[in-house]
Parts: sequence; structure tokens; C-alpha cells
Amino acid sequence: MSQQTTHEQYYVPDQSKWPIIATVALLVTVYGLGTWFNDLKADRAESSGPLIFFVGALLVAYMMFGWFGAVVKESRAGLYSAQMDRSFRWGMSWFIFSEVMFFAAFFGALFYIRYWAGPWLGGEGDKGISNMLWPGFEYSWPLLNTPDPKLYPAPEGTISAWGLPLINTVLLVSSSFTLTWAHHALRKNNRQQLKLGLALTVLLGAAFLILQIEEYVHAYTELGLTLGSGIYGATFFMLTGFHGAHVTMGAIILTVMLVRILRGHFSPEHHFGFEAAAWYWHFVDVVWIALFVFVYVL
Amino acid sequence: MSAVIDDHGHAGHDHHHGPAKGLSRWLLTTNHKDIGSMYLWFSFAAFLLGGSMAMVIRAELFQPGLQIVQPEFFNQMTTMHGLIMVFGAVMPAFVGLANWMIPLMIGAPDMALPRVNNFSFWLLPAAFGLLVSTLFMEGGGPNFGWTFYAPLSTTYAPESVTFFIFAIHLMGISSIMGAINVIATILNLRAPGMTLMKMPLFVWTWLITAFLLIAVMPVLAGVVTMMLMDIHFGTSFFSAAGGGDPVLFQHVFWFFGHPEVYIMILPAFGAVSSIIPAFSRKPLFGYTSMVYATGAIAFLSFIVWSHHMFTVGIPLVGELFFMYATMLIAVPTGVKVFNWVSTMWRGSLSFEAPMLFAVAFVILFTIGGFSGLMLAIAPADFQYHDTYFVVAHFHYVLVPGAIFGIFASAYYWLPKWTGHMYDETLAKLHFWMSFVGMNLAFFPMHFVGLAGMPRRIPDYNMMFANFNMVSSVGAFMFGATQLLFLFIVIKCIRGGPAAPAKPWDGAEGLEWSVPSPAPYHTFQTPPDMSEVHEHRKGTGGELTP
Repeated sequence: MSQQTTHEQYYVPDQSKWPIIATVALLVTVYGLGTWFNDLKADRAESSGPLIFFVGALLVAYMMFGWFGAVVKESRAGLYSAQMDRSFRWGMSWFIFSEVMFFAAFFGALFYIRYWAGPWLGGEGDKGISNMLWPGFEYSWPLLNTPDPKLYPAPEGTISAWGLPLINTVLLVSSSFTLTWAHHALRKNNRQQLKLGLALTVLLGAAFLILQIEEYVHAYTELGLTLGSGIYGATFFMLTGFHGAHVTMGAIILTVMLVRILRGHFSPEHHFGFEAAAWYWHFVDVVWIALFVFVYVL
Repeated sequence: MSAVIDDHGHAGHDHHHGPAKGLSRWLLTTNHKDIGSMYLWFSFAAFLLGGSMAMVIRAELFQPGLQIVQPEFFNQMTTMHGLIMVFGAVMPAFVGLANWMIPLMIGAPDMALPRVNNFSFWLLPAAFGLLVSTLFMEGGGPNFGWTFYAPLSTTYAPESVTFFIFAIHLMGISSIMGAINVIATILNLRAPGMTLMKMPLFVWTWLITAFLLIAVMPVLAGVVTMMLMDIHFGTSFFSAAGGGDPVLFQHVFWFFGHPEVYIMILPAFGAVSSIIPAFSRKPLFGYTSMVYATGAIAFLSFIVWSHHMFTVGIPLVGELFFMYATMLIAVPTGVKVFNWVSTMWRGSLSFEAPMLFAVAFVILFTIGGFSGLMLAIAPADFQYHDTYFVVAHFHYVLVPGAIFGIFASAYYWLPKWTGHMYDETLAKLHFWMSFVGMNLAFFPMHFVGLAGMPRRIPDYNMMFANFNMVSSVGAFMFGATQLLFLFIVIKCIRGGPAAPAKPWDGAEGLEWSVPSPAPYHTFQTPPDMSEVHEHRKGTGGELTP
């Protein structure tokens, strides 16, 4: 037992096995992925990669359950002071900031291609001399012709902003509202409304993901818009794909929160787990707005 | 500050235990001192490994012609030397110092998130195990330089690049979580009354470093992810044939890479800002301006990245903007150097090992700063680019900058860590051997670089032979000397004169108010700092001998 907290004392946890399990889990996961990718690329018939990756992923899941479970238990045992709560808040805020910067790298790549490298390759602007690489290449955005179509076959079309993406925008923005509604209900201790609001949020998130998958299938099978169809496809799928992965993660986190609420966790005063999940969800929502504007509309 | 030097260090009255026994102490620990020690040892191991690669490089360059290694292996050595020194030696050393010292300096019981802290550390051996293992894979390890420019690192890379990418991802996770922990600790766990402007500069510089880390490590993760996709999933981020651009790689990489340079030096600025006042027996000159200068350097570090790319073909307006922005950094850096010198001015100076390293830091880092200013001049950079002049420049800021900063810190705080005084005579020998060796190794590189010797090539023109031989001799001397450092540290851990709580009479700060060695748990009840004046009032430094 670490200190029996008097209120001035900060809770310093005892030794924990979870960090080292997390390290091993991550190492096994990435080693498996790397082996898998390399074997795929080299066309090797047999690969131990998928199995190693699968073991690693299982370990990661086990670690997540264990580590977060331990934190939930400590929190419910009342070990966390208001000061500890602030540490979690700073931690989560800066984690979200790091995610913002991760997306910034891909948005930066998009802007750089659209406003500098693309036009230069088409012969315009300060470095228009790049056009000598593929004389006659004409740049346009969306890029429906690549400089070397043999290596990177151009897509026949792109996704219109005003179809599925617009519906998806409505879905995600609504989900932010339902989540806030649920949060207000939690603060007023209205558990029924809380459950309803949160369940609605998860459903809206799931609906978003289903439509996103439909959009991808459409792009791949009918438009020839793929990861390999030149820089438009690359930026399109990487930006929307990482966003989709974050929506998936967020939906899982919110589902865990729903389960915890069904088990009677959280009080109107203490519910930082819920709040952190909500912050994450709103962040994912804001990223989507940026995607909608810069990837689909403009 | 001497007013607080009392015995509230171990006011823990509850049943507190010491460290656990055996291996589990290190694997499972949540103690900031244990984790700090592990970071420092890991960093030193990486320093020796990266150093031995430098020895291979210098042995090959001892004479013109190919004698010892083949070009392919030479490329792997230069690449791994850079990666290991940057990510394995310098960064973890500063995180280790932060772990040990920040809680002691701000009166906190531990880091804000102790389990995350353990995770951040143990990811490092995993990441570096993976990275170093690539050397033994088919096709060899990374051979594209530590900056891994595409398409060398994508289209033309050995197969092991995939594992290199994942190793970078693991290091990134480690750095980001470590940085989050540092920020949460500084912003949330300061003792009552410890206002921001009462914090030691080491805490300030680490706060800003942590911000830089969280801002740019994800961008590094982004750029290696783009590489991974280009290599394995047919994207064309860095291939002009698909509408992408290899230069995009350099922009994204250096958007990370330039702030990274300051990540490696700002904590050293902070440590030196504690050490110079201690051995000058005067308060730091211009505390407030030091804080603002650090902030200004951090801000500028985000808008100078293309000065690494002057010759790649960027528009003229870009060359001009990045040239002037880069030169601006000389202003806040100049403020710092001015303040360190002014702190020493008419002080009662003594030159124990920490002070020797700190003074050498100020002088030699300034030389590195000046050659940086030369490189910042875009038209001149067309001559210097990719020559040994660049190598000389960044080794002058990293070796007597970052590394000497770390040595100074290590000697300064070793008595606090171990409870023993280190062997001052041997430490002075370590300093002078390092000082002479390092200058012999890197100063001639300025000359051969200006004369046109390209970097990253295992062979060179006969006319560079003499200077290269001098460089190699200096490098061997510097390298061998570090084994002496290992000996000094081990000797200090095993015994030596007992260190008092405050072994340096001019030293300031809460860390000297706890006994030496610092107890396993400190400041469980935070000290009250409300009576201590802020530095900016100019009254924080009355010292009684």
C-alpha cells in the first residue's frame, strides 16, 4: 500500500507491471507488423508476421484492460485528490495537442502539394522548371492525371463533398451535440438521459464509420481512387483514414464509458474519465470539419 | 533561498518503504529517482555505442583511401551514430536529469504520472533494441544518413527500413509521454508558493523543451508514416511521378528537426544557468530575460526549418525569409551568453569540474553558434552545404554544448545522487582530456569543410590527409576519455568522502535542502515557498557562506 492519502498528499502508485507489459506488447506488435509488411513486399509465401502481430495486439488489449482497470479501481477507491485530477487533465490536454500535431503533418503535406509542389510540377511559379521532368504534364486539383500514369494510374473521379461526406458531417456534428447533452445530464445526475445521449453518440459514430466504409468501397471499385493513384489518393486516404481510425478509437472509448455508466460509475462531481472521452470525441469532430473543408470541399 | 534549507525533506510520517529488491525494482518502479537513474545509465550506454561507431568512422578517415570498412558499412555507421547519439544518448540523458531533479527542484513528491513515466523509459530499450538489430538484418541497417531523406530512405532503402520506422515510432511515443509528464509535473506539482518565476531555470527550460517535444515528435511520426506508406502501400508522398515531391520529405522532417535541435540544447542552458551562479557565488544575472530568451528561441525554432534546405531549390523569398529568421535566433542566444558572462563578472569564482564544463560550454557553444550564423547566410551556404564545415558546426553545438552540459550536470548533482563526493582530480583530468580531444577532433573539420571536403564519404582527397589524421587522433582521445568518466562515476557510487546536503557553498535551490543521498521519497509534504522571493525582484540570492 502506498500512502493512505490525507488530502494534501499526492497519490504515488506502487510498483506496477502494466508499463513493462505495455512495452513488450508494443514491441511484439510492431515487430510483427514490420515482418508482415516486408514479407508482403518481397512476395514471400510464408510469413510469421501476422501471427506475431496478432499476439502483440492481444497483449495490447490485455494491457489496456488491466492498466485502465487499475486506474478506474483506484479512482473509485477515492485515492485521487483534486490535484491528481488536474494531472490527468493536463495529461489528456497535451495528448490531444500531440494528436493535433500528427494531423498537422498530413494537412501540411496537403497544403504544400496543392500550393507549391503541384503547380511547380505543372510548370507554374518559382520552381516551374520541375516541369522538365514530365514535359507537358498539366497540374490540376483534384489530380486526375499523374505525371507517370504507369506507376501511379490516375483516378477517374473523386468523391463529391455534397453526397456522403455532407451526411457524415451532419452525423458527427450531431454526435457532438448528443454527447454534450449526455454530459449535462451526468452533471444533473439524470442517468436515463445520460445513457440515452451516450448511446446515441456511439450509434451516430458507428453510422459515420459505415458510411465512410461505403465511400471507400465506392472510391476503390468505381472511381479507381486508391492509395496508389497519385498524390490526391495518398493525401485523401491518409487524412480520412487516420481520422476514421480515431473515430473508431473514440467510439470504443465511449462504449467503455457507456458500460461503466451502466455499472453505476461516475458521479455529477467526479467523472473525468467521461470528460476525457468527450474531449477526445470533440477533437475528432473538429478534425473532421477541417477535413470536410480542405479535403472534400476546396 | 538559504532560508528554506531545513529538514522538511523527509517529513513523511507514514510507513514508507524504500526500494523493492532485485530486478523488479527496476522493471516495475514508479519512483522518479529510479527512473531517472535508468535513463542516465541507458543514455551512457547509448553514448558508448554511438561513440564506438564514431570510432569506426574516424578510423576509416584516419587516412585517405579505403582501409577498414566498405562504403556500404560506412554509411550504416554514420547513420546509426547520428540516430543513436540524438535519440539514445542526448535526449534520454536530459530526460534522466529531468526525472531526478525537477521533482526535487519544485518540491514535488514524484512525477505527476509515475506509471507513464516507467512506460516512457522502458520503451527506449525496446526501440533501440529494434533499431540496432537492423544492423544484423539482410541488406544491412539504415544507410541513408540520420536525416533519412527520401527517396534514399524509401525507394532505395534496405528492407530493414521498415523496422527503423517502427523504432522511430516507439521512441516518439516515449518522448511524447515523457514530455507530457514533465509538463503536468511542472504545472501541477509545484510546492505552495513556488510561482513560475521562482522556478530554477532548468525547470523553465525543460517546460519549454517538453512543449517543443509534444509539438514536433508527432510530426516526425507523421513523416515516417508517409515513408512507410510510400514503401509498402503505393502512396506517392515523396515521388514526383505520382504528383508528390521528395522535397516534401525535407520540409516535414526539418519542421521536426529544427525544434529537435533546441530540444537537445535548452535543458543544458537551464543546467548551466544553475551551475555558473553556484561557482561564481552570485545570483544569476538576468533571470527574467533568460526565461523570455528561452521562449523566444523556442518560438523561432518553428520558423527556420528551411535553412537546412537552401540548396535543394526553394523560392528566393523562402531563402530570404529563412535566412533572416535564422539570424534572429542569435539575439536571444546572445542574451543568454551575455547573462552567463555577466554572472561570472566579478564573482568569486572557483573551478571544480561542473564549473569547468560549464565555462567550456559557454565558450565552445558560442563558437558553434557563430559557425551556425555563417551557415545561415544563404548565399554562403551554397559553398558550405554538405561539407565537413556543417559537421564541425553541429558537433560544436552538440558535444561541448549538449554533452558538456550533461557532464556539468552529472558532476554538479552526483553528490546529491550518490551521497559521495566524486574524485575531483580525476574529474578535472576527464575535463581536460575531453576538452583537448574534442577540439582536436572537430576544429580541423572547419578547415577541411571550407576547402570542400564532403561529409558522409569514406574516402577523400589527399590534400585533406593531415587535418583528418589530427581529427581522428582527437576523436580517439575524446572517446577513450569517456571510459574514465565511467570509472569516476562508479568510484563515486561505491564510496568517497560523504557529501553534505549542500556540497557547493554557492548553490541555490530546493534540491540542496534534502540530505545527500536524496532519500527514496522526498517532499511527500510539500515545502512552503511563499516566503522565498522571486528571482526578478533581485533579492533571491542572498547567500551565507
